[in-house]
Amino acid sequence: MSEQRSFALPDVGEGLTEAEILRWHVQPGDLVEVNQLIVEIETAKASVELPCPFAGTVGALLVDVGAVVPVGTPIITIEMADAPQQAERQAVLVGYGVKEGTPSGRRRRRVPGTEASEGSPAEDVAVAPSDESSDEPVGPAATRTSGPALAKPPVRRLARELGVDLTLVTPTGQNGDVTRSDVLSASGSDPSIGRPGAARPADVQTRSDERMPVRGVQRAMADAMVQSAFTAPHVTEWVDVDMSRALQVLDRLRALPESADLRVSPMILVAAGLIRAARAHPRINSSWVDGPDGPHVDVHGEVHLGIAADTPRGLLVPCLKGATDLGILELARRVQQLIDTAREGRATPADLTGGTITLTNIGVFGIDGGTPILSPGQTSILAMGRILDRPWVVDGAVVARPVMQLSLSFDHRVIDGALGSRALRSVADFLTDPGLAVLVDGERS
Amino acid sequence: MVDGMLGSAVQLLTPEGERVADEDYDISLSNAELKGLYRDMVLVRRLDSEATALQRQGELGLWASSLGQEAAQVGSGRSLLPGDYAFPTYRDHGVTWSRGVPPLEVLAMFRGVSTGGWDPIALRCAIYTIVIGNQALHAVGYGMGAQLDGSSEAVIGYFGDGATDEGDVNEAFVFAADFNAPVVFFCQNNQWAISSPRERKNPAPLYERAAGFGFPGVRVDGNDILAVMAVTRAALERARSGGGPTLVEAYTYRMAAHTTSDDPTRYRHAEELEIWRLRDPIERLKVFLARQGIADRGYFDQIDREAADLAVMIRDGVRSMPEPPAETMFDHVYAEPHEQLERQRRWLVDYESSFTHEVSS
Repeated sequence: MSEQRSFALPDVGEGLTEAEILRWHVQPGDLVEVNQLIVEIETAKASVELPCPFAGTVGALLVDVGAVVPVGTPIITIEMADAPQQAERQAVLVGYGVKEGTPSGRRRRRVPGTEASEGSPAEDVAVAPSDESSDEPVGPAATRTSGPALAKPPVRRLARELGVDLTLVTPTGQNGDVTRSDVLSASGSDPSIGRPGAARPADVQTRSDERMPVRGVQRAMADAMVQSAFTAPHVTEWVDVDMSRALQVLDRLRALPESADLRVSPMILVAAGLIRAARAHPRINSSWVDGPDGPHVDVHGEVHLGIAADTPRGLLVPCLKGATDLGILELARRVQQLIDTAREGRATPADLTGGTITLTNIGVFGIDGGTPILSPGQTSILAMGRILDRPWVVDGAVVARPVMQLSLSFDHRVIDGALGSRALRSVADFLTDPGLAVLVDGERS
Repeated sequence: MVDGMLGSAVQLLTPEGERVADEDYDISLSNAELKGLYRDMVLVRRLDSEATALQRQGELGLWASSLGQEAAQVGSGRSLLPGDYAFPTYRDHGVTWSRGVPPLEVLAMFRGVSTGGWDPIALRCAIYTIVIGNQALHAVGYGMGAQLDGSSEAVIGYFGDGATDEGDVNEAFVFAADFNAPVVFFCQNNQWAISSPRERKNPAPLYERAAGFGFPGVRVDGNDILAVMAVTRAALERARSGGGPTLVEAYTYRMAAHTTSDDPTRYRHAEELEIWRLRDPIERLKVFLARQGIADRGYFDQIDREAADLAVMIRDGVRSMPEPPAETMFDHVYAEPHEQLERQRRWLVDYESSFTHEVSS
């Protein structure tokens, strides 16, 4: 005899509403013990591993890795080793209610006709307790077979106005409650019309709006961008670069035995160019700091290069620490590790913070240029565009050349137009002729 | 005094389980007492790990782990005489254990089905104070009261290193000194005030602060249960005999997160944890007991079985805790009932009874 239990995602951190499944430690069919760690989740506060509350065999993993689910969602089923003598309660403590079939007294209804004493809500329509609102975590919709219908007060009022008997309506709500559309359908009204009495627009096909939650990485990005865009006065400059020589150098780099396992992309050369520019013009690698005694500028001795990466979780900017003096192959290796780690969702908070300057590659999306917004606290960000054959004038003749646009945004409180221009020019010069730039290192600026 | 980081801390048992001498402190315990201390620490650790797991399974709202601080808590808690009084923080599960508070009564508060926990008068142990450092004032006030009553009891007030930055703790120091209150201030310096590192924030040893208030301070190796007991007993005895307050700084380490809502990997290095793992309070006593032939494998296994049983008891007990009626929230708001409060209670009872319970199909 075995009995199946499911484990619902708990609130592990005082008021969290959701978590992302990072990694399952078990697979269907595995034997598990009580308190064996079965899954790693990430919340807004921390990554934590959850111990299994039951002993038995894993039945099914109900949520995929990468999915963000509300607290209270069943995430795994366990076939119990032995049926316990009495059915245990589901965990019900924080953030979610008792599931169907549990005879606990949480769900209840008002006795018709009774009135609580003064000050209580006097409407006799309150059948569903207000804490069972529609944004309660998802459970299977229950079909109620007896008792009065469940519906929220405004829905009851609508039913009364339309003359609909709620007990005859098929409920489709999450907890088996009758929804507004159920009532409208039952009355023959078009459920796409929001309110009774509203004018019915003739023959208008409406497409419903989608509401997207803003959370996790997207939320972090939004906060950072707002903070940066509305505190640092941005200026953006751009320049086109003939990448012919740079691409030749790349080919020769790729042919080296040392780079056999490396992705030596144009981005590596641009990163090298940006690091060199930061070495030559240290102020572009700095932070504006609003201290208690007024603002000051921290010019950083070391270049910690942030690299914007498009990951399955959204935009992340993992940071290459101590990039100041890296050789080109080491740079390629480290960038590759960093981006792979970020894409796999294994970036630690330390990986994602501490950058002093940022590089973003919008060329991979087929874009030429833009006006990137600074990472908060930094004063420069360089965007590289796609490399495309374009007409280019060489010695008075128009020829096709692979051309790339660079866009540098900088914080004008720290960097004036002259410095920003020189810094961008130095990246461009390096890419135009990497060999020459290395030979005259430090002698031109 | 072999450990560089520990500095001038009193130590009687090294991390390797070697018994060493101290100039000022010593202790002599029977074999049964030594084995009892080992048992206490193992069971408290099991209680702690089970509670952590229960929180991760949604059975507790929050948990503050005592992992790594067992010697400081059990050692000081077991130094109290039955008539003494303890004022613990929310992390002092080893203290409440030593005072005989049933573990489930501790867990009821973290599950949110109790507004405090146990009977503080019967057990002579106040309920956990969540407000940082606040209980230091309670301890001093209580101690001053005991003094006025002519009682010979001692009071111990617990707090952490972070709380020493709070006004409450400093005010408590001032009052204790002024009134020569029979109080032991027991500070567990676990190195981290949530994410603020103690030594890097303020390298001045905490126990030295006592001198500025006019009473003695002593630092003890907080992971050495013998030293903790020797120092705490002496401080309590000093309080009982009219000698006034003492500050004991138990130098220890918070091995787990601040609470289950915290993620320490975001602010501290794993190497630090490794260093402290070598100073584990339970391991060193176990080695000592085994080497001295005081306990053998049979005894250790028996304690492990007892710990496993405790875990099952806790797990089952927590899951089956009844939800209290809503109106119990009025019970301890005021010392005595009054009309306004009664009116609100009646209203709530009325309102609640206007619902009928129903079993969903």
